[in-house]
Amino acid sequence: MMRKIVSTAIVALGMTGLVVAADVTAPEDVKVENLAISASLTGAPGNAEEGKNVFSNRKLGNCLACHANSDMADQLFHGEVGPSLDGAGTRWQPEVLRTIVVNAKEVFSDETVMPGFYSLDVGEDVRKDLIGKTILTAQQVEDLVAYLSTLK
Amino acid sequence: MNYSRIALIALGATLTASLIAAPVDEKLVIDGELEMTTVAPSPEGHPLPEVRSGWHYRTETTRALEADSFENPGMLGVEQGEELWNTVEGTAGKSCASCHQDAAETMAGLGAVYPKWHEASGKPINIELQINACRVNNMGAEAYKFDKGGQKPLTAYIKHQSLGEPVKVSLEEGDMQAWWERGKELYYKRTGQLNLSCASCHEKNNGKYIRADHLSQGNVNGFPTYRLKQGNLISLHNRFRGCIRDTRAEYPAAFSDDLMALEVYTTWRGQGLSVETPAVRQ
Ligand code: HEC
Ligand code: HEC
Ligand code: HEC
Repeated sequence: MMRKIVSTAIVALGMTGLVVAADVTAPEDVKVENLAISASLTGAPGNAEEGKNVFSNRKLGNCLACHANSDMADQLFHGEVGPSLDGAGTRWQPEVLRTIVVNAKEVFSDETVMPGFYSLDVGEDVRKDLIGKTILTAQQVEDLVAYLSTLK
Repeated sequence: MNYSRIALIALGATLTASLIAAPVDEKLVIDGELEMTTVAPSPEGHPLPEVRSGWHYRTETTRALEADSFENPGMLGVEQGEELWNTVEGTAGKSCASCHQDAAETMAGLGAVYPKWHEASGKPINIELQINACRVNNMGAEAYKFDKGGQKPLTAYIKHQSLGEPVKVSLEEGDMQAWWERGKELYYKRTGQLNLSCASCHEKNNGKYIRADHLSQGNVNGFPTYRLKQGNLISLHNRFRGCIRDTRAEYPAAFSDDLMALEVYTTWRGQGLSVETPAVRQ
């Protein structure tokens, strides 16, 4: 009996895993054309409200470390390593914002200090538990793209 | 749609608009009498136009703490170091003072020329490792483990005997040049999931804020430094490891060849600055 429950659980887990994998574009399959990634990485639009959290959360995007953003005037200490993101949604098409977040090198240059948030093109000696992992998930990238598009 | 045109125009506009918070232009004078060199001309081949101490990038309160040796909390560590200097330890029944007498004389200027070539080991040696060598070979005592025992205070005490002296690393001795090259490679090596090198922060972006931190040139002339955040003396290799860890990378062991090479190279990058030990940092 016990055994049966366990094996059912594993089958169920395997199935949901498959469903997710079918819709989400893996980092190595992302295609950049003309600076743009044309389709959503999850197949669905992101949630701007969630994206706002990904932007400011130090454990997630931590974008404020390097960018100022007037929409977050209530937060202390905005970085200045990168440009202010005020108006980013006017300056950039969502398809290019997606590329900037996925791997900024594709839009700027190999020299950019902006990390690739959904890329396996990373530095050397990556912390062991992070090998093969991206900083953000496809969903978090889409949420960010939705949020950045609201910065007019 | 021509994305690249929009991209370039947008970038140009935002970059010129972004502000650069320059480091303050002031003089560091310790106790109103010892004038420190906190800006120096770059040694030949240095990528930056001038060399600047991290002191310039700290807040007014933090800068003031360093300028007054009674207020400087790092001086407590220096006093502990003085006690250790005079403490007998090990099977030979000796203290550092038994052989080196008054540190104010015998150690004067010494901290400014480390790391230096060490013929016996065929590697560069820093103050921490020289202390351990004397403890093991001359005192019959155990080597201090990294950051443990008296390692930080005794190092601070010895370096403090060179307060105000210009940092100078001698690359002509032994294989120092090769260690410098290795250190340089590491300095520009991008590491970790965040894919950043020392240069990404301390060369390209010094003078700018990364969140609440005002990025300096990452000079090493104040180590061990007193960090207000930790409320403690912080060793150089601890700082190196912390900076590498923050790129989400595995970091080398203290005193490993990699970190010794990085110490040789970063010391050279700050050549000409006064030894500030114990510097006060945030
Ligand atoms: C380590 C610093 C750093 C971090 C962290 C960082 N960026 Fe950037 N970003 C930069 C730099 C620098 C540039 C400018 C391009 C260049 O010069 O390489 C840039 C450029 C950009 C641009 C285009 C600038 C414009 O004109 O609007 C966007 C959009 C952007 N970043 C979004 C983000 C988002 C979203 C995050 C968080 C997920 C983030 N960045 C995190 C450094 C950073
Ligand atoms: C028994 C005598 C003796 C004792 C005790 C001793 N040392 Fe030394 N120390 C030496 C000798 C001899 C040298 C030079 C040769 C060498 O490097 O070992 C030296 C070298 C040094 C140097 C390098 C000097 C230079 O010119 O670069 C430093 C720094 C130093 N000792 C610190 C210490 C400290 C700190 C202690 C106590 C923990 C200590 N020593 C204990 C004998 C001693
Ligand atoms: C993500 C940015 C970043 C990277 C990459 C980085 N550091 Fe730092 N480092 C900092 C910050 C922030 C501080 C504290 C403020 C300051 O002095 O810049 C600091 C401080 C230092 C200091 C102390 C400076 C002083 O005046 O006390 C040294 C030395 C240093 N870093 C060396 C390095 C070395 C060597 C590397 C490469 C192995 C490195 N850093 C990589 C951000 C970084």
